[in-house]
Amino acid sequence: MSNVFIVLQANEETRALVEAIQLDNPHAVVVRQPAMIKIDAPDRLEVRRATIEELLGRSFDLQELHINLVTLAGHVNEDDDTLTLSWNS
Amino acid sequence: MQIDLRTVSIEPQRQAFDHLVRRFGNKPASRYQEGSYDIQAAENLHYRPTWDPDQALYDPRITRIVMQDWYALKDPRQFYYSTYTLTRAKQQETTEANFSFVESRGLADMLSDELRDTALKLLVPLRHAAWGANQHNTFICGYGYGVTFTQPCIYQAMDNLGIAQYLSRLGLLLGDTAALAAGKEAWQHDAAWQPLRRYVEDCLVVRDPFELFVAQNVALDGLLYPLVYERIVDDHLSTRGASAVAMLTQFMTEWFGETRKWVDAVLKVAAAESEANREVLTGWSGHWSDRAAAALLPVAALALGDQADEAVAEELAALKTRLAKTGITL
Repeated sequence: MSNVFIVLQANEETRALVEAIQLDNPHAVVVRQPAMIKIDAPDRLEVRRATIEELLGRSFDLQELHINLVTLAGHVNEDDDTLTLSWNS
Repeated sequence: MQIDLRTVSIEPQRQAFDHLVRRFGNKPASRYQEGSYDIQAAENLHYRPTWDPDQALYDPRITRIVMQDWYALKDPRQFYYSTYTLTRAKQQETTEANFSFVESRGLADMLSDELRDTALKLLVPLRHAAWGANQHNTFICGYGYGVTFTQPCIYQAMDNLGIAQYLSRLGLLLGDTAALAAGKEAWQHDAAWQPLRRYVEDCLVVRDPFELFVAQNVALDGLLYPLVYERIVDDHLSTRGASAVAMLTQFMTEWFGETRKWVDAVLKVAAAESEANREVLTGWSGHWSDRAAAALLPVAALALGDQADEAVAEELAALKTRLAKTGITL
């Protein structure tokens, strides 16, 4: 089983994002590096819009994520509500 | 000479202020948390206000609502100065664009006289009601307790001032200064506006900040905005050809959709705190929403005629359904 990961810049805007990803993916490991945050997860990682909106307190377009996105690994499956990273899907 | 670069990750000594760590655990705090929690002046209030020596300067006992922790009444929008001003600045740009669109295309002149009259008669006097809402929310902010609760109230007060200004501009655009004078005259003397004016003025002397919150932000706004802006302007007038007016009041519709989330969240938490709170809130909501419905009936009749009864009854039912979701059954 290999890891998928997503790396975001560490700033005020991504705080809620990281928190939401942690809530939705209890198996994920958050590594806080200088100026960026790497989130590793075995096989699969889901970013859900609803959770982010709840934590952020405003409506959120998943595309906004790309502003603070450094890099990611895994096959990307994206629609309006979720962004899923996975292998072998 | 060779230099090796390597990154060193330095763990900060403190992740957040101590009071935030006590509340939320040892992790970096958000700006909203830093700007809102445990900021209320709570100690050393030994100088009693001369106008009421029985209460402290900031006193949670001014209201009948009792909260273990007033900071539980948080704002789901997480507005603090920066997020609030940024959001409103964006909306201001949109509204500015709408106004200039209507002006430059001459859409105001294309309105029939009858529609223009209805829009002016209905909307311009409401700027006085919006000013009242500004005063009320300023009062809640001044005498309420706990920053998470009072902070959004001053934003709400500013928003109401903004709405009053948009209504004035709408009046100036459609009917010049005469429209504003006529609006004030109607607000002061026209029989249709007196119940609403009485409502607003009675609220000016309500001393309980939470009751005022219910009277203004829950009952009056909860009926007035859906009724006037959604039902009358966006539906009734637009289908008759006055979509230009709907463009000018777009902010009000959007704003109500946004602020009701906050109002509902506050009610929900306060009602869930204790049975006593729920009872008090139920009493206030019932009393003020019935009064507001009665006050808005003649106002709605200005545009809807004899359909006003039905419209107000439907909006009141909708408000009750909305309140039921926060745990307040009327």
